[in-house]
Amino acid sequence: MTVIKQGSRRLVASACPAAQKVGLIEGMAVAKAQAMVPDLHIIDADPEGEHASLRQLAEWAIRFSPVVAPDPPDGIWIDIAGVEHLFGGEEMLFKKLIDRVENNGIHARAAIADVPGAAWAVARFGKGGIIPPGRAVDAVSTLPVQALRLTPETVSAMHRLGIERVGQLAAMPRAPMVRRFGREASLRLDQALGHAFEPITPIIPDEAVIASRAFAEPIGRLDDLKLVVQRLAEELCQTLEQRGEGVRRLDLIVRRVDQKGASLRVGTAKASRDHVHLAKLFDEKLEMVDPGFGIEEIVLIANRTEPLLEKQTVARGIEAEDDAVDLSQLVDRLTARIGEDRVYRLAPVQSLVPERMTRRVSPLSPPSGSTWPENLERPTRLLDPPESIMTTALLPDHPPVSFIWRRVRYKVMKADGPERITSEWWLGAEPKRIRDYYRLETAEGSRFWIFRDAPMTEGGRWWMHGFFA
Amino acid sequence: MATRREVIDDLRRQIERFGGAQGSRKSLPFGVSVLDRHLPGRGLTLGSLHEVIEEGPASEFAGTATFFTAGIAARLKGPVLWCLTRRDLFAPGLMQVGLHPDRVIYAETCRDADVLPLIEEGLHQKGLGAVVGEVSRLGLTASRRLQVAAEASGVPALVIRRWWTVAQKDLTKLPTAASTRWRVSPVPSEVVPAGGLRRSRWQVELVRCRGAEPRCWILEACDAQGRLALPANLADRQDQAQVR
Repeated sequence: MTVIKQGSRRLVASACPAAQKVGLIEGMAVAKAQAMVPDLHIIDADPEGEHASLRQLAEWAIRFSPVVAPDPPDGIWIDIAGVEHLFGGEEMLFKKLIDRVENNGIHARAAIADVPGAAWAVARFGKGGIIPPGRAVDAVSTLPVQALRLTPETVSAMHRLGIERVGQLAAMPRAPMVRRFGREASLRLDQALGHAFEPITPIIPDEAVIASRAFAEPIGRLDDLKLVVQRLAEELCQTLEQRGEGVRRLDLIVRRVDQKGASLRVGTAKASRDHVHLAKLFDEKLEMVDPGFGIEEIVLIANRTEPLLEKQTVARGIEAEDDAVDLSQLVDRLTARIGEDRVYRLAPVQSLVPERMTRRVSPLSPPSGSTWPENLERPTRLLDPPESIMTTALLPDHPPVSFIWRRVRYKVMKADGPERITSEWWLGAEPKRIRDYYRLETAEGSRFWIFRDAPMTEGGRWWMHGFFA
Repeated sequence: MATRREVIDDLRRQIERFGGAQGSRKSLPFGVSVLDRHLPGRGLTLGSLHEVIEEGPASEFAGTATFFTAGIAARLKGPVLWCLTRRDLFAPGLMQVGLHPDRVIYAETCRDADVLPLIEEGLHQKGLGAVVGEVSRLGLTASRRLQVAAEASGVPALVIRRWWTVAQKDLTKLPTAASTRWRVSPVPSEVVPAGGLRRSRWQVELVRCRGAEPRCWILEACDAQGRLALPANLADRQDQAQVR
């Protein structure tokens, strides 16, 4: 429990959950609290320290989005427009954020909404969670009026008139409301319902390397934007060179004349100081930025850097090694276009079950060095899921002499098999599956990979799984 | 007064500068004499766009075309970028013709139209062995862009045409700016008395080629190093009766 001095009285500033359960609340006198709980642990409140650690938490949250601002005394704004896909959607981002914060021992509640006002309200006075787009009005209407960030006087004035919920306030005619409660109340209501815009000014960590340009005349043309980004990248890289660092994550924050903004984020696979390469990563994303009435300021922030030392690649008498192509720039460009999880390599897995023979690895990881067993005859294309086929076989364990797949009958001229593939016994829970695979060549020369999912005696059915030729 | 030889050499240099020369570009021989003899450049020109289409019963799955393309990529030096939209590629199959999974970087996208920019990004990277792309729609302008990008960097672009509807299949008949277009289809392989399957056989048709006539060959499928071969009985030019 922390204590703050107000005038000559000592009041409770905040209480931990255990204390709250006993009945200690903010604003209570310390003496009374001590009377209620004899062995109370009291710490003097430290507003500057709390402010500093809030700012630290906000800077930590920059890994989720370029636009983060602290909301003293105990909140953080995070603008996730445009970055939720990097985390696999809003739910994943929400869960990850809460998990990470709580892992650090901080109890937190969060809400995601179209507008900052609604998110603030739902996080503190509602249940938190994600509000579907366009549903801000419904979500906020049932909340008490304190959820609108009003002064205590305004709140008590509203209570005197019997207005307890935001919905009731919204139902009031606007002019009388402004007269009674002031313009600020009207603004806060609009902000919560989504009718008024509220900018979030992103914080920039003190030690981050930035390059920025403000324009006397707002710019809007795409070519101008690209040129500015190139110049900023060059400036940024010069600073990085002096510090001996390379950038891993780069944010571009654009501020428009009407205070709305956009933010773009790119990452690199390896620390880079190549300004041409970095500027090119933003090229395609810049096309999606809507300049509105004009852009006033552009800030480029390198918020994740790593040491990068110069390597001498060419020297007289020493030949540069040309065996390994540097793929990191290609991977960066592909990642900027389609996202990190869509660029990958496959590493062999020691399994014979076709669906388990590969696993995805990062595209720049070192070669796996392993390989599948030699002489495995495998098709290049798999049918997922396998399709049922009807077969005619002469003898139980022999390959079929003809089969019907997708309503076409194929006559089998040559065959090979059976190759028995069982799902590995050490994988535990699922029942062991046995498949007998056959390679068939039809009269036209096409080769198919089919299997029977159980021995003939147990009523195994036939399936088409892959295509060779 | 310049001699005739000097004038001709000068003209030849000017033509080369305008990109007309084929002979200056490197090429990858197939290792099959009848094939290499027929192609300009004595092999598959690197730094160029090549198209592969499959024909046959399961042609929309492109099993044969994939083997053919992977065999070419396996014999080139350097990493391979494979751009695709569907997840039906089975990497152990590629390993069979010599393309080890450590060499291949995959770039996956949902839409067919997004594959072409990815191929182009790969073609800008000098030092790649090849860029393979699976697309259904390849127009004249788009293919011209890829051809120009391939010529600039020297990386070959191998495009496998895929289709899932009849309308898409008709698109593959339209002309493109690819320097060669191949149509591969499976044909019955050699009959072995003991039963079982020997090496596959394909009909490899050069449908269109800049600087050569269309021609059709029957070849044996790629071996473990990705090399094609002439079928033994045809190479010996012996007239064998059909064995059943």
